[in-house]
Amino acid sequence: MEPQQREPLPKSGRKTILQGNEACARAAVYAGCRFFAGYPITPSTEIIEVMSSEMVNAGGTFIQMEDEIASACAIVGARWGGKRSMTATSGPGFTLMQETIGFAAVTETPVVIVNVQRGGPSTGQPTMSSQQDIYQVRYGSHGDYEMIALAPSSVQEMYDFTIRAFELSEKFRTPVVLLADEIVGHMREKVIVYDGERQIRGGHRNYVVSPQDDFFTGSNSLVEGQFHDDMGRRIGHLADKSGSFLASLESKIQNHIDEISDVDTFFMEDADIAILAYGSVARPALQAVRSAKGIREEAGAKGRFVGNLRKVLPWKKPDVNPYSHLNVGMIKVNSVWPFPDKEIQRLAKNCKYVFVPEMNVGKYVREVDRCLKHSKVISLRKLGGDLHTPTEILAAIAKEVEQHE
Amino acid sequence: MNRLMERYLRLDALPTLFCPGCGNGIVQQAFVTAVDKLGIRDDIACVSGIGCSSWVPCYLDLDVMHTTHGRALAFAQGLKLARPDKKIAVFTGDGDCLAIGGNHFLHACKRNIDLAVIMINNHIYGMTGGQKSPATPQGAATKTSPWGAYDEPIEGADLAICMGATYVARWTTAHPVQLEKSIEAAIKHKGFSFIEVIAQCPTQSGKSVYGDKDPAFIMKKLKENSVIYKEGDHVPAGKIKCGVLHHDNDKTEYIERMETQLRLYAESKAPKTSGEGEQAK
Repeated sequence: MEPQQREPLPKSGRKTILQGNEACARAAVYAGCRFFAGYPITPSTEIIEVMSSEMVNAGGTFIQMEDEIASACAIVGARWGGKRSMTATSGPGFTLMQETIGFAAVTETPVVIVNVQRGGPSTGQPTMSSQQDIYQVRYGSHGDYEMIALAPSSVQEMYDFTIRAFELSEKFRTPVVLLADEIVGHMREKVIVYDGERQIRGGHRNYVVSPQDDFFTGSNSLVEGQFHDDMGRRIGHLADKSGSFLASLESKIQNHIDEISDVDTFFMEDADIAILAYGSVARPALQAVRSAKGIREEAGAKGRFVGNLRKVLPWKKPDVNPYSHLNVGMIKVNSVWPFPDKEIQRLAKNCKYVFVPEMNVGKYVREVDRCLKHSKVISLRKLGGDLHTPTEILAAIAKEVEQHE
Repeated sequence: MNRLMERYLRLDALPTLFCPGCGNGIVQQAFVTAVDKLGIRDDIACVSGIGCSSWVPCYLDLDVMHTTHGRALAFAQGLKLARPDKKIAVFTGDGDCLAIGGNHFLHACKRNIDLAVIMINNHIYGMTGGQKSPATPQGAATKTSPWGAYDEPIEGADLAICMGATYVARWTTAHPVQLEKSIEAAIKHKGFSFIEVIAQCPTQSGKSVYGDKDPAFIMKKLKENSVIYKEGDHVPAGKIKCGVLHHDNDKTEYIERMETQLRLYAESKAPKTSGEGEQAK
């Protein structure tokens, strides 16, 4: 098995200001994406707009398809034609793509799908943010399959995680979803970008269940949605073979979870209360931690997650900090799926409380609760499309802690 | 086994899942013959959807993508755009192409993208056990239209012509030689080609559509009922209009159009020479 290795991004890049969606599109070009098919949908439309010109500039191909179903199908088709490919969508469009995501998982097609989340269900809140698709991204298509999903919290992470999504999809030969949301999609921030094209290595044979080569390479590949053996022969009617096929599709991701896991920590060294956040909610969550500690300067910020950290505290005089008694830190989950069980258990082992702020009815918190046996796991949900404020998070934590002590 | 088929089939995948007397084998052989005559075995890939028709390419030793129900054309367009230098054949059925894949079909026709589409029309959902399809004739009793179908059937070939496909033909399995020539022409044609093949499904649509499940009887009936169409001919009602129904070599193919458009745009943005600049003043 290959040792864990992640090629670092180049040290020198260009500083610029980009919108999250634009950053995602530019990162895709840098990662070697040369085929984009899409259908316009708020709030992801800027990605298809930028890609319509960027693909041509980069010598790739762009097509606007008749719907999201066709867009997802076209990128899978193009990938077998040897072109690294991506599509981007939101809410209802992501629902339409689920059929093809299942097909890509079974046929082991490396493609990247960007979901800039909006409020749902149905048309819901096209212009507002949410994290309601956290389960759809994992379980959206029918049947059992594994999914890799990355949740960016800043424009820089929109850029970096897009590149990472292409690397992971090629390495494990699987669809990877960039689970962004309206807030990171539409915000503008300073970002470091790179010129040229990144070299991404193709799938390591050890990870591949049914290796089929790209078309027109003389391999006579059979790419099959029905279960198949390593020769592409159908085994869907054979219980034992189908069972082991499904199991290896699962283990190819689960056995390499250490390579996929990406979790950042902030002030967790001696914290006994953790805020576990992902996506745009990690921004107010980190601000809450810093406020409780009375930190004004940008301490604690890390590379890609510098963000526009506010240098002011929510209260005017630092000496009246009402939350200084909370010994709080933050766990920021970047690779939301597969769920990094071991990593989170290790990081939260000394935490009495783990708070999970989410812009949904409280979904990811169930996974955290299942994983952490010794901490009290509490959901801080917020519905309606607005981000939590740092003081909301702190007030909820203080109230909960007070009740128990 | 036929020597030619032996060279093109994935022998370890046999036997096929087709019923005895199925029309799909005739289409399969016509396709293989056409590919062999054109000598493009390494330069053609097949894409198919779901249904009996979509299993036809899965037994062929070529690059094959057997995709989801109705979406073959969407996958095929992605593949074609990634490899414009290669030929793509799409196998689909009446349900796959005209019902669940209807929208993709309309848009692919209009784009006139270079694909050779073979729609095997057996007038029924055969794989699921004989339910009404968009091509089931009015009045035919099926598992989901036990009192006779109410819906007026959709004519795939007419729809393709109306939506801008540039090579459209219809044959039945009783015309294997003509079918093979048409497939050859469709692959060679640069643009969206659509061939509808009326095929017998003795198991599922034999009784309901033709009154008998004997494949020889159905094929005889297909032959008797078809009229080979030449431009301007009048085809009496109730007859199957066979032949090349539409062939337009003038309409530009999608990828060529895309390239022309990009070139024109680049030229319009290029700095003008001084002479032209003066003229403009």
